[in-house]
Amino acid sequence: MPPRSEPMRITFTLNGAEETVEIDPAERLLDTLRYRAGLTGTKEGCGEGECGACTVYLDGLPANSCLVPTFQVAGRAVETVESIDPTELGSLHRCGATQCGACTPGVVMSAAWIMRHDGVLETHSIRELMAGNLCRCTGYDGIIDGVREAVERGAR
Amino acid sequence: MRVLTPETLDDAVAMLANEAATPIAGGTDLLVHWPQRLADHDRTYLDLSRLGSLRAHAWSDDRLTLGALTSYWDIVTDPRAQAELPMLVAAARTVGAIQIQTRGTWAGNIVNASPAADGVPALMALDAEVVLASAAGEERVRLDGFYRGYKQMARRPDQLVTAIDVPLEPRSFQSFVKVGSRRAQAITKIGLAITRPADGWRVVANSMAPTVRRCPSVEALLDAETPTTSPGGFAEAIRADVSPIDDIRSTAAYRERVMARALFYELAPVCPWIGGGSSA
Repeated sequence: MPPRSEPMRITFTLNGAEETVEIDPAERLLDTLRYRAGLTGTKEGCGEGECGACTVYLDGLPANSCLVPTFQVAGRAVETVESIDPTELGSLHRCGATQCGACTPGVVMSAAWIMRHDGVLETHSIRELMAGNLCRCTGYDGIIDGVREAVERGAR
Repeated sequence: MRVLTPETLDDAVAMLANEAATPIAGGTDLLVHWPQRLADHDRTYLDLSRLGSLRAHAWSDDRLTLGALTSYWDIVTDPRAQAELPMLVAAARTVGAIQIQTRGTWAGNIVNASPAADGVPALMALDAEVVLASAAGEERVRLDGFYRGYKQMARRPDQLVTAIDVPLEPRSFQSFVKVGSRRAQAITKIGLAITRPADGWRVVANSMAPTVRRCPSVEALLDAETPTTSPGGFAEAIRADVSPIDDIRSTAAYRERVMARALFYELAPVCPWIGGGSSA
């Protein structure tokens, strides 16, 4: 007989504020964010950790929220695209980095993470760091240019 | 679905002794296409994420010890790993992309037992040893003897991988090769991890057999410094060591041919007895 599912009560930090949710043990963080917390900026693309549309920060590191079981975020910090200052990444518009918009929340999360951790550029190219965000509209050069401009402006 | 949430390693192994449960760390394999995998929702999982003591990796004089929760990113961002075990960093950087590398664990890569695992060949070519703990005690198994067949391994259901030991010793060569459809976010079609410690060559292939495995015939050719003037010179040894298949990612013929070429062109620059002929 399959094990019985009992709801779990989870408390974590969501965009800087404490959040308590009652969840199904089989729930993904992506679904908790969208359907319990109402934060629909995080998108589901592939559901297999390839496209990066569901990128969030888990304890400050980028992660695909489609592959995170919500029970694992108990006591930890989650940040979503709603926490990003929209003026921070205007360069993505100027460089033609967005078209249909499905990948954009994930692109923004990866881009903002690179801006805030630009020491990583000593070992990694922007292109390698953005490789976890698939875009099927614009091609990647606009995205790379937009991230580079944002990083350079941030450094000034 | 039921989730067991041990707070200590002792609790974790006691729970595993008591009932069947699937350990879950980064979830990057277990949660793929999760909403469609309803049968997997009816299982019991052992959440490792609260076992903070299993996260850190540690360097000693003669080994690097990876914890059960050490992620690829933990190693990618460790300058000492880049300096001493560059192949481990190279392999980690080919796994998915940063969003996977921050979550995926080396131990998870081992016990998921995919023939296409990218972390496993690097660890195997570095003579890594898997540390398994259970209520009955601790056991160590060399990674190159860990797999018994497709998804079959020397881990009992009551055992938990708690660490992976990588010996530090002089190696005159370390190289990791991954051939996929594209550089990022691709699953390996042909993979190789090659090292040369003092006692002889290690050649490990992934996506070439039902398990990641060492290639003793290829290793013997290299140890004997057998003159090899073209990639085809490896063909017979490759056929003795691995058994690639046709699948959604590639064909057996392509895999055999590319593995031979990868061996030849990786090794020709460092092995005087390899090269000189025409390319095939």
